[in-house]
Amino acid sequence: MSIDITTVKKVASLARIAVTDDQAEKLVPELNNILGWVEQLGEVDVSGVEPMTAVIPNHLRLREDAVNADPLTGGNVRDKVLANAPQAEHGFFAVPKVIE
Amino acid sequence: MTESTYRIQGATGDWEVVIGLEVHAQVMSEAKLFSGAATAFGAEPNTQVSLVDAAMPGMLPVPNAECIRQAVRTGMAINAQINKWSRFDRKNYFYADLPQGYQISQLYYPLVGEGEIEISLDDKNPEAEVKTIGIERIHVEQDAGKLMHDQHPTRSYVDLNRSGVALMEIVSRPDMRSPAEAGAYLSKLRTILRYVGSCDGNMDQGSMRADVNVSVRKPGEELGTRTETKNVNSVRFVMQAIEHEANRQVDVLESGGKIVQETRLFDPDTGSTRSMRSKEDAHDYRYFPDPDLLPLELEDAFLEECRASLPELPDAKRHRYENDLGLSPYNAGVLTAEAETARWFEVLLSESAAKQGKPEADVAKAAANWMLSELFGALNKLGKGLDDSPVSPQAGAELLALVGDGTISGSIAKQVLEKMLETGDGAEAIVEREGLKQTSDTGAIEAAVAKVLADNADKVEQYKGGKEALFGFFVGQTMKAMQGKANPKVVNELLKKALG
Amino acid sequence: MSDLTNLTVAEIRDGVAAGTFSAREVATAFNAEVEVGRKLNAYIVETPEKALEAADVADAVRKSGDLKPLSGVPLGMKDLFCTEGVQSTAASHILEGFTPTYESTVSARLWDAGAGMLGKLNLDQFAMGSSNETSYFGNVVSPWRDASGKDLAPGGSSGGSSAAISARLCPAATGTDTGGSIRQPAAFTGISGIKPTYGRCSRWGIVAFASSLDQAGSMARTVKDNAILLEAMAGFDPKDATSLDAPVPQWEAGLSSDLKGKTVGIPKEYRPDGLNPEIEALWDKGIAWLKDAGAEVVEVSLPHTQYALPTYYIIAPAEASSNLARYDGVRYGLRDLPDGAGLQDMYAATRAAGFGDEVKRRIMIGTYVLSAGFYDAYYTQACKVRALIARDFEAAWEKCDLLLTPTAPSAAFALGEKQADPLAMYLNDVFTVPASLAGLPAMSVPGGLDSAGLPLGLQIIGKALDEQGVLNASLALEERAGFTARPEKWW
Repeated sequence: MSIDITTVKKVASLARIAVTDDQAEKLVPELNNILGWVEQLGEVDVSGVEPMTAVIPNHLRLREDAVNADPLTGGNVRDKVLANAPQAEHGFFAVPKVIE
Repeated sequence: MTESTYRIQGATGDWEVVIGLEVHAQVMSEAKLFSGAATAFGAEPNTQVSLVDAAMPGMLPVPNAECIRQAVRTGMAINAQINKWSRFDRKNYFYADLPQGYQISQLYYPLVGEGEIEISLDDKNPEAEVKTIGIERIHVEQDAGKLMHDQHPTRSYVDLNRSGVALMEIVSRPDMRSPAEAGAYLSKLRTILRYVGSCDGNMDQGSMRADVNVSVRKPGEELGTRTETKNVNSVRFVMQAIEHEANRQVDVLESGGKIVQETRLFDPDTGSTRSMRSKEDAHDYRYFPDPDLLPLELEDAFLEECRASLPELPDAKRHRYENDLGLSPYNAGVLTAEAETARWFEVLLSESAAKQGKPEADVAKAAANWMLSELFGALNKLGKGLDDSPVSPQAGAELLALVGDGTISGSIAKQVLEKMLETGDGAEAIVEREGLKQTSDTGAIEAAVAKVLADNADKVEQYKGGKEALFGFFVGQTMKAMQGKANPKVVNELLKKALG
Repeated sequence: MSDLTNLTVAEIRDGVAAGTFSAREVATAFNAEVEVGRKLNAYIVETPEKALEAADVADAVRKSGDLKPLSGVPLGMKDLFCTEGVQSTAASHILEGFTPTYESTVSARLWDAGAGMLGKLNLDQFAMGSSNETSYFGNVVSPWRDASGKDLAPGGSSGGSSAAISARLCPAATGTDTGGSIRQPAAFTGISGIKPTYGRCSRWGIVAFASSLDQAGSMARTVKDNAILLEAMAGFDPKDATSLDAPVPQWEAGLSSDLKGKTVGIPKEYRPDGLNPEIEALWDKGIAWLKDAGAEVVEVSLPHTQYALPTYYIIAPAEASSNLARYDGVRYGLRDLPDGAGLQDMYAATRAAGFGDEVKRRIMIGTYVLSAGFYDAYYTQACKVRALIARDFEAAWEKCDLLLTPTAPSAAFALGEKQADPLAMYLNDVFTVPASLAGLPAMSVPGGLDSAGLPLGLQIIGKALDEQGVLNASLALEERAGFTARPEKWW
C-alpha cells in the first residue's frame, strides 16, 4: 500500500497537526518508506494466534469506590489542575469559542 | 408480540419508522470511573477534577470496582449475557471537553452482551400489549466534560467536573417502530435502572440521555439510512425528536432527496432536529485497546455477589402483585412503575397486615386502592409526591387498620387523611381527639332512624308505595344525624327493619 | 575533591555513612561538574539546590543513624519523569514551561530513599529517538570521541542520562526504555543500565510514549549501582493498573557472579549476515566470560526476531499517536492560537509548532495504522506477531535461563550521520526491541572498546521477574570485562 499526499494530509488532519504543502510533500516518501518496511509483517503466519493483550501475565486490579482516598488521584485540587493552563478564567479553562 | 401500526402517511404511501436508542446512563458511584474525584452533581467548576481527569502528563486510569459492579447488575437485570472477559478501548478524537484526546470506552469486547426489555403499550392493562425490545450490549465508558458558550463573547469555558464520570451505554436493537414504543422503552429502562440502583435516572440533570437513531422505510423494505440525534434528555423529547425526524426524512425522500447519515441535535424549543455542524467531519475514531489497562476479567464470586444483590425487578413484582396479592393489572402496573412507589406500597402492606393480624393478600386490595386513589389524590392536590409525603406508610397502615376493624368508616377515613396531611398527627390520635369513631350502638342508631322516618313521613309513604330508591336517602339522613359515625352496616339493617 | 565525582553510588552511600566525606561535599562536587559539563548539553534543567538540600538532610541524619538506602547520593533525573515544582518537558517545545504539581512515583521513591536531584536530563523528544538528536533543547553530545573528533551520539532516548553518567556529571540516573532507550545509550557510552520487567516500576507520572512498552529503569557505571538504584525505584503502585503486585527482591544483597547451574542461550537470529565483526568478536568474548563464570552456553532460536522491529514500529507509534493527543494547548504547555482561529485550528497549530519532526512522523504513522481500513492489517497483525515473539522467548526458556546478545549493532555514530534516514536510525534498536515487546528484563553492560576506542555493550535478557539473574550474569561479564575506560575530558 502506498500513500499519496492526499492521504498524508488526511492523516495530519486526523492527528491535528497542521502541515504545509511542502511538508506534506516531504512526508510522502518518508512515510511510504516506513510503511513499506513494516508491511513485511504481512508475511508472518498468524493463523490461530490471539493478539497480545497483556505483556506480562497480570490481572486488572480494580479500585475501591472511595472519593479522594489518595490526593494524587482525587479531586478538590482545582488550583493544581489549572496551574499550568495557558488560559484559565473564573475556575474554567478557556478556549476559542466553539460553535456546536 | 404486538405489531406496531404506526405509519407516516406520505404522498407515495405509508412509511414505517425504525428506531434504536443508545442510552447513556450515569452510573451511581461515589468516585469516577478511573479516578478518585467525586461525581456529585452541581459542584463549582473544575473542583471535582483529579490530575487523572485533567489528563496531566503521565497520569493513568485505574477502574472503579463499583462502576463495573453496577454495570454487571444492570446487565443481569435485563437478562443479558455478562462477559467475564471484556476490555477497554480508546476512542480517539479531539474536542475541548475530552482532555485525554480519547474516551476510554469498550468497542470490541463490551462488559455486557445481548439482553432484552419487555415494554407495555397499554397503561390500562400492562399485559395486553407487550413487546420485547432487544438490547445489543451495555458497555462502560467515561463521560466528557462540559463546555459553556455563553459566559464570554469570544471564548468557551471548559468544566471537567463530569469528565471521567462512569456511564453505561445501553444500546438497543432497532426494534422500535413508533414514538410511543421508544417512549415506553425509555421509561421502562429508567424504571429498571432505578430498581437496580445503578443510575438515578434523573434526565433533567443529565444522568440519563438518549442518542436516537431513526430511519424510515416502506413497510417490508430494507432498512433506510439512519440519522443519530444526540443527547435528548427526556422521554417526551425523545418521542418528539422521532416524530419530527421521521417526518423530515419522509419529506426528503418523497421530494427525491437522500438521507445523509449524520449527527443531529434536538431543539426542545421548536421540537425539531437540526444537523450538528461541529461534528460533521467524517469520523475515524481509531479505536484500539487501551494499553494503560489490562483486560477486565470477572470472577464467579464477583458475579454471584452481583446477582445476589439484585432486588425483585419490576416485571416480577408486577406479576406477583397480580397473582399473589390479587391486584388488578392496572394497579399492579402503577404500583411497580417506580421503585419508590413499590417500596412505599410494600411497607404500607406489611404494616397493615401486621396491624390487622391478617395475611398480606387479604389487605392488599384495600391498601392498593387507598394508596392509588385516596393518598395519590390528596398528595396531588397538595402538589406533593411520595418522596415528600407528610404521611408515612406506617401512618397510612394505622389509618387502614382503623377502617379494617370498623373503628371508622371509609368516608371518615378521608377526613382523617386530610387531617393527617394537615397536622402530621397519627390517625388514631385524630380519631380519638375529634371523636370520629363510628358507633354500632343499636340504641342510638334506632333512635336516629325513628326520628328520620318520623320527620319524613311523606317519603316513607312513597317508599312503601314502591319508590325503593329512597332507601339511600334514609341512609344518608341517618348517617347525617349520626354525624357520619354510625356503622353503615348497622344503619342498613335497622332501616330495613323499621321500614318493614 | 573532584575525586568524589568518580565514586560509584555504593561508594558514596558507604562513604557518607562512614563519615569519610559529607553528602554536601559530594553534592557540591557534582554540582560543579554539571556546570562544567554544560557543553555536553546533558541537562535541560539544573537543580543544584535540590541536590544540596537532600545532602544536608543526609548529613543531619547521619549522626542519628537514620540514613536511608540512598542518603547522600545525588542523581540525574531523565526529563520524562514529572517532578513537582521543576519544569518537566519530555524535551519537547509543547511542554516547555510545564511545571508539574505532582511527583512521579519512581522519582518520589528515590527522594524518599534519600537521594537528591542534580537536574533534569535531556533526552530524545518524548523518548522517540536513538541518538538524542530530536530534543527541542538541542543535541546531547557524547563525552566520548574517536579520532575524527566529531561530536558523537550518546544514544537515545536516555542520552542525557548516559552522557552525564559517563562524563561524571552524576553517579547514576534514571532512564526509561521503550525499545532500548536505556540499553543502547548505556552501550554507546560505556556504562550499564537495566530495563526491569514490564510493570516493576510504576509508570505513574512518567510522560507516556508507548504504554505497553514504557518501563523505567536505572543507569549507572556498575551493575551493583544499578541493583541499588532499581531496588529503590521498583515496587507496586496502585495508581498504575499495569503495575506488578510482587515483592521487590533485595537485588543488591542477592548479587553473585557465580553462574554455576545457569544456562545461557545464544540466539542465532541475532547473528545476521553482515554483523559488524567487532561486535561479533565482543559477543564471542562475552560467551567465554559467561562460561568462565560457570554457565553452560547453548544456541537457541528466536525465529521471529526479524519481525520485532517492524512490530515495534507499528505498536509504539500507534500507542504514541493516542498518548500524545492530550498535548492540545488547552490545559498545559504550549498554545498556538493564530488570529481568528477556532478550537480545531488551535489544536493543529499548537501541535505543529510544539512537536518535533520525529514525533510528528511517529504520530502520523500511528494515526495511519489505526485508521479505518488499516487497523487489522497493521495493528492487529502486529499484536499477533508480538504474541509470537513473546512465545519465542517462552520456548527459549525451556532451554536456558538467560540470553546473551550484543546491545547495539554498532558503536556510537556521529551526530547527524543517520538523521536523514529514519529507517537507518530505527535499525539501531534491532537487538533491544524484542525484549521490550515481550516485557522482559534486560541489561546492557560495557564489554570493551572497539578499534576506534569507542565503547561496545553486551546485553543480558532474562525471564520475567528474574532481574536477579540478569544482574548476576551482567556482574559476571562486568568482572571479566574489566572495563575501566572513561572518556577524556575535553569539555
